[in-house]
Amino acid sequence: MSAPILSLRGVETRIGRYHILHGVEFDVPEGGLTMLLGRNGAGKTTTLRTIMGLWRASAGEIRFAGRDITRMSTPEIAMLGIAYVPESMAIFADLTVRENLVLAARQGPPERKRLEWIFARFSALERFWHLPAGHLSGGQKQMLAVARAIVEPRRLLLVDEPTKGLAPAIVANMIEAFRELKDGATSLLVVEQNFAFARRLGNGVAVMDDGRVAHTGDMAQFAADDALQQHLLGLGMDAHQ
Amino acid sequence: MLRTLLSDDLPRSRWLAAALLAIVIGLALAPFLFPGAKSLNVAAKICVFVVLAASFDLLLGYSGIVSFAHTMFFGIGAYGVAIALTRLGSGWDAVAMGTVAGLASAIALAAVIGLFSLRLRTIFFAMITLAVASAFAILASQLSDVTGGEDGLNFRLPAILRASMSFADTPLFGVRLNGRLLDYYLVYIVSLVLVLVLLRIVNSPFGSVLKAMRENPFRAEAIGYRAVVYRTAASCIAAAFAALAGALMALWSSQTNPDTVLSFDIMIDILLMVVIGGMGTVYGAAIGAVLLVISQNYLQDLLLVANKAFAGVPLLPDLFHPDRWLLWLGIAFILCVYFFPTGIVGRLRSD
Repeated sequence: MSAPILSLRGVETRIGRYHILHGVEFDVPEGGLTMLLGRNGAGKTTTLRTIMGLWRASAGEIRFAGRDITRMSTPEIAMLGIAYVPESMAIFADLTVRENLVLAARQGPPERKRLEWIFARFSALERFWHLPAGHLSGGQKQMLAVARAIVEPRRLLLVDEPTKGLAPAIVANMIEAFRELKDGATSLLVVEQNFAFARRLGNGVAVMDDGRVAHTGDMAQFAADDALQQHLLGLGMDAHQ
Repeated sequence: MLRTLLSDDLPRSRWLAAALLAIVIGLALAPFLFPGAKSLNVAAKICVFVVLAASFDLLLGYSGIVSFAHTMFFGIGAYGVAIALTRLGSGWDAVAMGTVAGLASAIALAAVIGLFSLRLRTIFFAMITLAVASAFAILASQLSDVTGGEDGLNFRLPAILRASMSFADTPLFGVRLNGRLLDYYLVYIVSLVLVLVLLRIVNSPFGSVLKAMRENPFRAEAIGYRAVVYRTAASCIAAAFAALAGALMALWSSQTNPDTVLSFDIMIDILLMVVIGGMGTVYGAAIGAVLLVISQNYLQDLLLVANKAFAGVPLLPDLFHPDRWLLWLGIAFILCVYFFPTGIVGRLRSD
């Protein structure tokens, strides 16, 4: 496996009085797609937010492409080439679809070729180009949130539950988009509850439980080990469908 | 051409387009359509307040920043010109120096307040601006050697802008072509240009970042935009436009005192203009400014007519007494907020 583009060592995060992350450790290899799995409340979203600097790590170290980003501000981290797609349709409702995408393109206006690539997968965005994003449906908002993160090449994408509430056809398009990104120069860390989606896409896996990483390894091996899945995720056989 | 001029921000409502056209044409022809010193004064005040309210909307409507210091920047611009014209004589060089000094002071002060306070929550920032504005108003009335104290400054305008300067012996459509008329058109044209520049700013990528931050600052930071930098920039731009509006006010009224350019009443007025017209729309500020300035100047006249019409009827003449104009203005404001919660422009655009 290639050298990690992102590595977390002993990361602790506290939110107010609550101690959420207890020494989180895992790597995201360059050019790979790592799935971050775990039950509800395991600390997956907090881990992504801590990487982005939205919650400050109280201890430990986060390194991105060899640089220590633990104490950097969120905009500094973003400008290093990390894009974050938060859970629950994180778009700017008052801005049009076009403005949302232009805003996210930090290296200049979005390239036509890149936009066409996005439109081929999420055609609704082209159709509603000048519509305020608040008027889109839930699925379309989620498409826009993902499109915003991939409107220009990034080194690392952090994606929180991209398939939540999406129709199967759109999920298929999203899998295709992530696969193509992975085959390009982008590394991905994706939080996902949908195990069928996770096993189709992930190279590596990190499973969290109660604010700690309980397992890291290869996705193919993890997908084949029903007992381990049952132990860490509480999954039954139906999750494999 | 029009699309470029309006920075692609078209009125998107037939009624709004008609109202804006009526305002632009009405103000352009005001000296001829509504002759008389009072109506010309009202028209000039509308021009200045459109700029002032639109620049305040850049903060309140577009950036979600609540500031009570906007009048202070208006006052800084006005005092800049007033002090320069008082001390340096009544030339254009004094006007230019006063304007530049007022502009630079307003931008510098806005930057300092912004960098130190915009990290705070909205309500604390609002309180700090209130404190700074109050301190500045007290300072302006105390430093009587410089500002003229409570009495303010009365100064002479450049000769070409004085009523005594005549450009033609015969009036045009009954209106004397003098320096006062030129002064009005100076105020009108500069105000129009400033509003178009503001439209360009709010419809630029910078404007999109401000709107994004208003909606969710954390999300905007996660894309790489520094909230405090963008908000401070918005504060500085708004302060610069307020200072220019103040300079125009001084050039029109040829006198400046704390009541006319620094009072908290002006702050309330521009807040009302923005809320009534519709927050987050430059056009809303224009509609609000026109409605409020006209109400403030003519509501009493209208009430006097009603008062006389209801003479002899019990209670009604008292209710419509000209002294009750603030009561009626208040009622009109409440009705406006109740029926047009998104402002007049928001309502017109949603139809």
